[in-house]
Amino acid sequence: MERFLIFLSLLLFIPTLEAKEIVVCPGCEVSSIKQAVDLANNGDTIRIQKGLYKEHDIEIIGKSLTIIGENYPVIDAEMEGTAFRIKADNFSIEGLHIKNIGTSHTSDDAAILVSRSKNFSIKNNRLSNIFFGILLERSSEGDITGNKIRSKARSQANSGNGIHIWNSKDLTIENNDIQGVRDGIYLEFANQCDIINNICRENLRYGLHFMFSDHNKYLENLFENNGAGVAVMYSKFIEMERNLFRKNWGSASYGLLLKEITDATLKHNVFEDNTIAISADNTNRIDYIENDFLSNGYAVRIRGACYNNVFKRNNFLANSFDVAYTGNINENEFLGNYWSEYTGYDLNKDGIGDVPFRPVKLFSYLVNKTPEAIILLRSTFIGLLDFSEKVSPIFTPAELTDSQPLMQKIKW
Amino acid sequence: MFKIFKYSFFDLTRSSWSYVYFLFYLLLGMVLLFLNNDLNTAVITLMNVIIMLVPLIGTIFGVMYYYNSREFTELLLAQPVKRSSIFLGQYFGVAISLSISLVLGLGIPFAAYGLFKSPAIWDFVMLLVTGLFLTLIFSALAFNIALSNENKIKGFGYAILLWLFLAVIYDGLFLLSLVYFQEYPLDKFSLVATMFNPIDLSRILILLKLDISALLSYTGAVFKQFFGTSFGSIASISMLVLWVVLPLLRIAYVVRKKDF
Repeated sequence: MERFLIFLSLLLFIPTLEAKEIVVCPGCEVSSIKQAVDLANNGDTIRIQKGLYKEHDIEIIGKSLTIIGENYPVIDAEMEGTAFRIKADNFSIEGLHIKNIGTSHTSDDAAILVSRSKNFSIKNNRLSNIFFGILLERSSEGDITGNKIRSKARSQANSGNGIHIWNSKDLTIENNDIQGVRDGIYLEFANQCDIINNICRENLRYGLHFMFSDHNKYLENLFENNGAGVAVMYSKFIEMERNLFRKNWGSASYGLLLKEITDATLKHNVFEDNTIAISADNTNRIDYIENDFLSNGYAVRIRGACYNNVFKRNNFLANSFDVAYTGNINENEFLGNYWSEYTGYDLNKDGIGDVPFRPVKLFSYLVNKTPEAIILLRSTFIGLLDFSEKVSPIFTPAELTDSQPLMQKIKW
Repeated sequence: MFKIFKYSFFDLTRSSWSYVYFLFYLLLGMVLLFLNNDLNTAVITLMNVIIMLVPLIGTIFGVMYYYNSREFTELLLAQPVKRSSIFLGQYFGVAISLSISLVLGLGIPFAAYGLFKSPAIWDFVMLLVTGLFLTLIFSALAFNIALSNENKIKGFGYAILLWLFLAVIYDGLFLLSLVYFQEYPLDKFSLVATMFNPIDLSRILILLKLDISALLSYTGAVFKQFFGTSFGSIASISMLVLWVVLPLLRIAYVVRKKDF
């Protein structure tokens, strides 16, 4: 049996042993990438040397190729069509600089378009001035690592996404740096994906956007100055850990926008200087554990139809509003958080305040009912009002309290 | 008028009250910067203080000065000097000495902290400009009240009431009407209601300058659109100027007819 296995594996390796390498450079025998792809057989390596290649619609169909760029050769699509169109298993693309993908309203032109492929890697490429960057459809088991995507999206209708994933699964998206597109990373019907340590900055709409995508993880990413940091919509079982949401600031900006999502965990995230750090609408069974909310306009805004959301051991530090709340209490729970606005005392010195904390201010309640009232922000009257409501609550939901507010900031 | 202004001004600069006022702001500025370590947050805290205290101090000081210098005023009235120039001179003496205390008191610690190299300088300038306007407005209103009331206690009462109304009660009524009429489009109304109260107007002008304006969401966008245009800034500045000029005109009008 063992012998048979060795034989089988040898048999499998034979094509790779025979693989040849094709070198492409502007002065070489093979001077265009298209030509090289035509010449190549399954399992070959194409080595593209430094230079400018004005090519578009390079099609790789059914060939497992390894494409390696040396010193970032420039592939200029001259605003026409897609640069690479790939439908193959076991391929890799590395070290290319692809630029000038034109905007189209009828087709999704991308720098690298991958469809119906399996087991691939797209690594350390630079994409600039693009419509869509890396577009994946019906693919699985891929690595998208270390790519740097830059564009200058102006309006949402005329721009594409940095990494766009549709109907795919088992992908790893790691160490990418995406700036100036519509959505930094977009997932639709994408399952079991890991999104780790990416930087999404200054994107027009969202840094990271989930639609109908379940069982995904995103960890240790930075979302800075996007229209909204992350939007998670219509998805289940999402793990969000150790991310940093910063400066998503503007009249319609969010750090994290949750809509119709269930069974998710948020742990060890930091929200800093966002207009609204978390806006939750129609979310069920979400655990918010050990997150930091620092200097946001609103730290948490709970809209209607939210059930069984639990906030435990979070730090709420110097936000204009800690919690804004619409609707009934619905088994949502705040327990054992640290609130910088808490003014209670701790007589038995167990680190837990003896007086429950009410995170919803009267003013935030009023603003929820009458949005125009926000114009009285920081006026003396509002200060008085909040104070008297704190002393004897009448309007704010009486059950909405943190019964064990901590006296010291939580270190996690 | 200038002579009387000069006299009042130097009289006030010699009085300990202007120094107390000056020292108060100096201390406040230093403590704020010491505690915050950040110009931007210091500006926000300072805004709260300016909106509360500057009108209060302007009002109290104005009324107090008028009643205190009554004998001197009577002496002046016996001289061949125009009546309006006596009172306006006194008014400017008070208002300008208060303004100088404010500007120096806040300016020195902030300048020492490196304001001129900071991008917060325009927020700070806005703060000082509104502070100046509030001083001018509220001491003019105080003079009006004092002129109309011979009785000191009544005069002080009305002055405090006026401050309380504009600083607190007005916002309460404003909020009440917003909540009551929430079914209607209210952004135009809130814009107008803000324009009519100098304290609210100053608060909004400072808030819009600060980063915090994004919090104001849709209504804030309407406000920003209005105050961002040159028409809006001219309208708001002229509204503040109007708040100074109208009380002054009334002073001039009342003292011409008043029987002392």
